[in-house]
Amino acid sequence: MPGPIQSIERAAAMLRLLARGSGHHGLTEISDSLGLPRGTAHGILRTLQRVEFVEQDRATGRYRLGAALLHLGTSYLDANELRSRSINWADTLAARSGQAVRIGMHLDGAVLVVHHVFRPDDTMQTLGIGAMLPLHATALGKVLAAYDPDLSAAIRSRELTSLTRRTIVRPAALERVLAEVRSAGWAGEAEEYMPGEASIAAPIRIPGGLVVGAMGISGAVDRICDTAGRPRPALVSQVLQAAEAVTRALAAES
Amino acid sequence: MVQRFVMAIDQGTTSTRCILFDHNARLVSVAQREHRQHHPRPGWVEQDAVEIWRNVDRIMPQALRDAGISADQVAALGITNQRETAVVWDRHTGVPVGRAITWEDIRTESLIAELEARPGIDQVRDRCGLPLATYFSAPKLKWLLDNVSGLRDRAERGDVLFGTMDSWLIWNLTGGVHGGLHVTDVTNASRTMLMNLSTQKWDPELLAFFDIPQQMLPEIRPSTEIRGRTVRVVPGIEIAAALGDQQAALFGQTCFAKGDTKCTYGTGSFLLMNTGNTLVRSQHGLLTTIGYQLGGEPATYALEGSIAVTGSLVQWFRDNLGLIHTAPEIETLARTVKDNGGCYIVPAFSGLFAPHWLPRARGLVVGLTSYITKGHLARAALEATAWQTREVVDAMNADLGVPAQRLRVDGGMTADHLLMQFIADVLDVPVMRPLVAETVSLGAAYAAGLAVGYWPDLEGLRRNWHLAARWTPQMDPAHRDEEYANWKRAVELTFAWAKSGRKTN
Repeated sequence: MPGPIQSIERAAAMLRLLARGSGHHGLTEISDSLGLPRGTAHGILRTLQRVEFVEQDRATGRYRLGAALLHLGTSYLDANELRSRSINWADTLAARSGQAVRIGMHLDGAVLVVHHVFRPDDTMQTLGIGAMLPLHATALGKVLAAYDPDLSAAIRSRELTSLTRRTIVRPAALERVLAEVRSAGWAGEAEEYMPGEASIAAPIRIPGGLVVGAMGISGAVDRICDTAGRPRPALVSQVLQAAEAVTRALAAES
Repeated sequence: MVQRFVMAIDQGTTSTRCILFDHNARLVSVAQREHRQHHPRPGWVEQDAVEIWRNVDRIMPQALRDAGISADQVAALGITNQRETAVVWDRHTGVPVGRAITWEDIRTESLIAELEARPGIDQVRDRCGLPLATYFSAPKLKWLLDNVSGLRDRAERGDVLFGTMDSWLIWNLTGGVHGGLHVTDVTNASRTMLMNLSTQKWDPELLAFFDIPQQMLPEIRPSTEIRGRTVRVVPGIEIAAALGDQQAALFGQTCFAKGDTKCTYGTGSFLLMNTGNTLVRSQHGLLTTIGYQLGGEPATYALEGSIAVTGSLVQWFRDNLGLIHTAPEIETLARTVKDNGGCYIVPAFSGLFAPHWLPRARGLVVGLTSYITKGHLARAALEATAWQTREVVDAMNADLGVPAQRLRVDGGMTADHLLMQFIADVLDVPVMRPLVAETVSLGAAYAAGLAVGYWPDLEGLRRNWHLAARWTPQMDPAHRDEEYANWKRAVELTFAWAKSGRKTN
């Protein structure tokens, strides 16, 4: 078993230091208090700042605890920000795949659609932003459930609604599918949500690996799947690439 | 066969981007760097042209690296830029004379008042299609010549050059002090107030009116035309197009037919309509400008409704008020309430642009009660963008006598779902977003790709346009009318404030 990781211990010490007393300290005070070289302390503070556990006052340059620490259990990423940061890559995925694109986040045991790009064939379609989709019957939902231990447990323990004759309603079967999603890194679904329709989705992560959303395509089952009813590998790789591009975009800024 | 791509550089108000597109107009890679905005005095907004040039130096190689391609796979480069922003530099050293004066800068307010009283003012609008306003380049350039010691002498001797950002970047990319090309395109030139709209040449009367030595001005070229190859940053890339950002968006939205209209939502917002080969003079406060000029063809004109402050109001919420951490959070904040609570914001930070053209107007927040929360303010901020759009759409409809049936939109703010729905609601027409929201870059890429034959013709480009989202109006007409009346009252209050405000010094 590996030993304790020193930089995490140091980061924890910094948070404890900032959590007591005035709560505002400059770099020198922090490095001197913890007996760390300034460069080392600065590196850790920058990382803590990046994950929003620490904030730096613009005027004084002093550090304090970040607002994110107070809201650790709530949302990691604003839904409107996710849409804004992913819009180019969602467009590109729609253009490459020829299918409608959706980005979903978890809300109250379902998938909240935070972004929707029409299938690029100029037919009449309705904008579905704000719609709720079932977790267990859509590719977006399977991705969100697969990477969230509580959600996985919750949908195992409740009755799963049958939406089509192919919807997975047995918790044990769904559990197996979610394990497959985790090992493959993507989810698929054919006619489990709507007859004649299929979907593919992949996770969007923030630095550190936490899944904050899912991005995927949906369309006619014969366009999404091959003759054996399996999602087409070319489309799967397009979805994976797009979700990775958004993951990179989320890592690049902040 | 080796795959080839088209590169676009979008030198925007807050950042510079380098984007690579493939033959199907799909985004391949994006590299971006922000540059600083300097506010040395109230109303002054400056940028460092050298910082912008350094950003180009970093993002061009980065875009190629991210796409995993080499320079010889780039079929052409198109450059598009924030318009009107004026930079003057020394042709022998390449060093800019101070910082660039941006389009948002209103230091020339009192100069404008002076110029308005000059003989010959009646001719100005006829010749250049623009009302006299702080927004355009000529007053900024005149201010520099009048206020920087010795600059007028250097200009007359031919030692300094003027340009908008397209000229600055092309001069640098093609060699700078070692034979850099000093050129601009008709669309950028049409924003200076120095070009004659009919002849598309520098107009001697306008140069005399503003007292600008012609030898410092770049040569005016068509928008699409092979300018030459880059010799710096990434050498050997053919520069095949340049056009102003809003004109590039018109091109990227494939608004090639007379009557085609788009609105781009960014720092400011800009509604442009293609008017074909007809020079339409607005009776309702719109600008006449050049839409684009393909090499060897006559220019295509456009009518423009310019709105100075839309996205920048959201940035102001973030940077100056600290009510949000990131710009997209304005939507989250606005959704915490169900309406504006009777609160309206008129963001006349740089005066009011179209259709009012009132440089001395200043922003205000009206309807404040103890009930108003930051959520109401956020909603009022988004609504301000929609109502300003309504004003320019009304002006466009009045000039043409035919109401628009739909609005094509693009730009960063189209990611704001609440805003797009509200725009559809207040215009009472469907709002349509194309598959590529990056239409400014796409337009520059299209223009460059067209010039080198990467894309064969306009029709081929038009087939690349696909609908990505459509918002349909849902607002009750009586409610819409009532809200619009409130908005108009709020706008009128800014006029009153301007009149009673301090005298121009």
